[in-house]
Amino acid sequence: MGELRLMKGNEAVAEAAIRAGCDGYFGYPITPQSEIMEYLMAMKPYETTGMVVLQAESETASVNMLYGGAGTGKMVMTSSSSPGISLMQEGISYMAGAELPALLVNVTRGGPGLGTIQPSQADYFQAVKGGGHGDYKMIVLAPASVQEMADFAKLGFELAFKYRTPVMILSDGAIGQMMEKVELFDPIARRTDAELIAQCPWAATGKPKNRDHIIITSLDLDPAGQERVNLKLQAKYRQIEKDEVRYEMISCEDAEYVFVAFGLSARICQKSIDIARAKGIKVGLFRPITLYPFPVKQIAELAKKVKGMLVVEMNAGQMIEDVRLAAGCSLKIEHYGRFGGIIPAPDEVVRAMENQIIGG
Amino acid sequence: MEEQFAKLDIRKNENIVYKRTDLLVDRPLSYCPGCGHGTVHRMLMETLEEMGLQDKTIGVSPVGCSVLAYDFMNIDMLGAAHGRAPALATAIKRMWPDRFVFTYQGDGDLAAIGTAETIHACNRGEHFTMIFINNGIYGMTGGQMAPTTLPNMRTSTSPYGRDTNIMGFPLKMTELVAQLPGTYYVTRQAVHTPSAVRKTKKAIRKAFENQKNKTGISFIEVVSNCNSGWKMTPVQSNKWMEENMFPFYPLGDIKIDGVLVTPKAETVKV
Amino acid sequence: MAKIKGDIVINVERCKGCEVCIASCPFSTIAMTKEVNGKGYHYAVKVNDDCTGCMNCAIVCPDGVITVYRAKVMAE
Repeated sequence: MGELRLMKGNEAVAEAAIRAGCDGYFGYPITPQSEIMEYLMAMKPYETTGMVVLQAESETASVNMLYGGAGTGKMVMTSSSSPGISLMQEGISYMAGAELPALLVNVTRGGPGLGTIQPSQADYFQAVKGGGHGDYKMIVLAPASVQEMADFAKLGFELAFKYRTPVMILSDGAIGQMMEKVELFDPIARRTDAELIAQCPWAATGKPKNRDHIIITSLDLDPAGQERVNLKLQAKYRQIEKDEVRYEMISCEDAEYVFVAFGLSARICQKSIDIARAKGIKVGLFRPITLYPFPVKQIAELAKKVKGMLVVEMNAGQMIEDVRLAAGCSLKIEHYGRFGGIIPAPDEVVRAMENQIIGG
Repeated sequence: MEEQFAKLDIRKNENIVYKRTDLLVDRPLSYCPGCGHGTVHRMLMETLEEMGLQDKTIGVSPVGCSVLAYDFMNIDMLGAAHGRAPALATAIKRMWPDRFVFTYQGDGDLAAIGTAETIHACNRGEHFTMIFINNGIYGMTGGQMAPTTLPNMRTSTSPYGRDTNIMGFPLKMTELVAQLPGTYYVTRQAVHTPSAVRKTKKAIRKAFENQKNKTGISFIEVVSNCNSGWKMTPVQSNKWMEENMFPFYPLGDIKIDGVLVTPKAETVKV
Repeated sequence: MAKIKGDIVINVERCKGCEVCIASCPFSTIAMTKEVNGKGYHYAVKVNDDCTGCMNCAIVCPDGVITVYRAKVMAE
């Protein structure tokens, strides 16, 4: 068993990054995720593992530092919250285009604009549909616990390097701030430069005599060339959609109705299941863990078995579009959401199921 | 006609005193005739060749005319988003401290959209080299006004001349970064004459030598021409540059070994 | 008596005809052709025998198209 600790979600993702062998963190303070950089600075990994931790002048600079580090094959991460992630869209698009691995943690807060510092899930579209320009996707992992904040840091880096693509952990202010028991995995040594060069032949590390010079760019001015770049990306995304879908089903075996929810909303729905079942309503929960790739087939299968789905999100209805696309029109699918930093209570979610789906 | 004056007796490999460095990729440069970019590219690559740094150098190219610099420089390079080269270079140098890292940027890239990244990389005292080509205009997009465009200078977005009451003043980035404690060597050079080119190459050499000692930023501005954007012949544009750009952007060292060597920068006369 | 003699070779297909070399040559050794190269540029050529191999033209050429040779030869 790994080391047990009581930690905030923000601290857990930071500790896990050090343990995963992260080479560099570049960030800018923003509530509610500042503990990530605070934890890293306090832990001084630059004295132990050699991991670089740098406070940048902006989110724009952070994400472009990420791009620089990723282009040289290093295992790099940043973190921010919604308004900061908006500023990072430039770098995300560039990294997707240049096929670079990087981990971004979005501890979301309510928007639009400066919004609020309280938790929200209103950045689903931005994360899943591609908030930046161009045809790209990034893998989006949605943790529902502090434990998953730690686990997904490691998984995120693995997926980022496996597919050479940016990966986002789409968390929220509640998961980031709350404290829970975490079982930490054993530290993995950072790669040496020689190991990196062997493992990442695509990285710009300095041109030896025996290979061509490496160019990291998303630019191809020739339309045919740029189409080839796009086709390559799309092929990669199809592979990701085939192999990397992750989800969790709770109490779905006998369920007549299901909640579909990710992250914090899924945690709330777990409690709602208990309340509903005590009332004699057979309810289950489908939790997409990867928001991209979205568990389309699994939801389609589930839709054949249940009478209705309530998509619970701390937003005005975003993931519901993907749920409806996956499930089709054969059953009733409605959205229940609170926004602006309000966290829905388990009993109000049950009432919503009763009113909108069962009785509706 | 040329063959008439060829001295075949001395055209032998052992008599070559100057040829294009192999660190430039053997392909035509994409720059306009007479543009200073090509000369700076060559001086940079000659310096790396002479210092034996091809395998230890990682460069960052900008968005602007030199967006394709990585196609011409036979070293590993990253193409940055517009203005962000110093952010990329910061991360690269910090994670590869034994590599030699440089950014190559134009005035729109470095002094407008990338002002924050430039100032903060300089202020943090990152240990890389910044090469800043200042031609007072946005060349690639077709000659629009740049932060460095001179007062009254005509561009496609200041067609009646830069009116400083409306459009603000040209920005002397080089004097500005020289004030920051993180810069170690700050100089302004040119490449329009053989002697100017030789001085620029010396400056580049000094900048890369500084990286060995981790002294902080070495910042080299090269005042250059943009004959297409200025709508002149290359030779006319070099003359115009001497007469108009150099009085406002005077050549020479501004900071050597961390010490300011010139009096306070001139203020703009309107 | 030994004398320094120079020569230049211009890669005319890469020359863009900017004329910066002409302005930098102390011996007026370079001029432009009336003909154009494959890219449509008038290109630089050597027009006299006075080259000393000073390298000015090659150093200032933005496209790096000039190779310079220099040797000591005995004066006739």
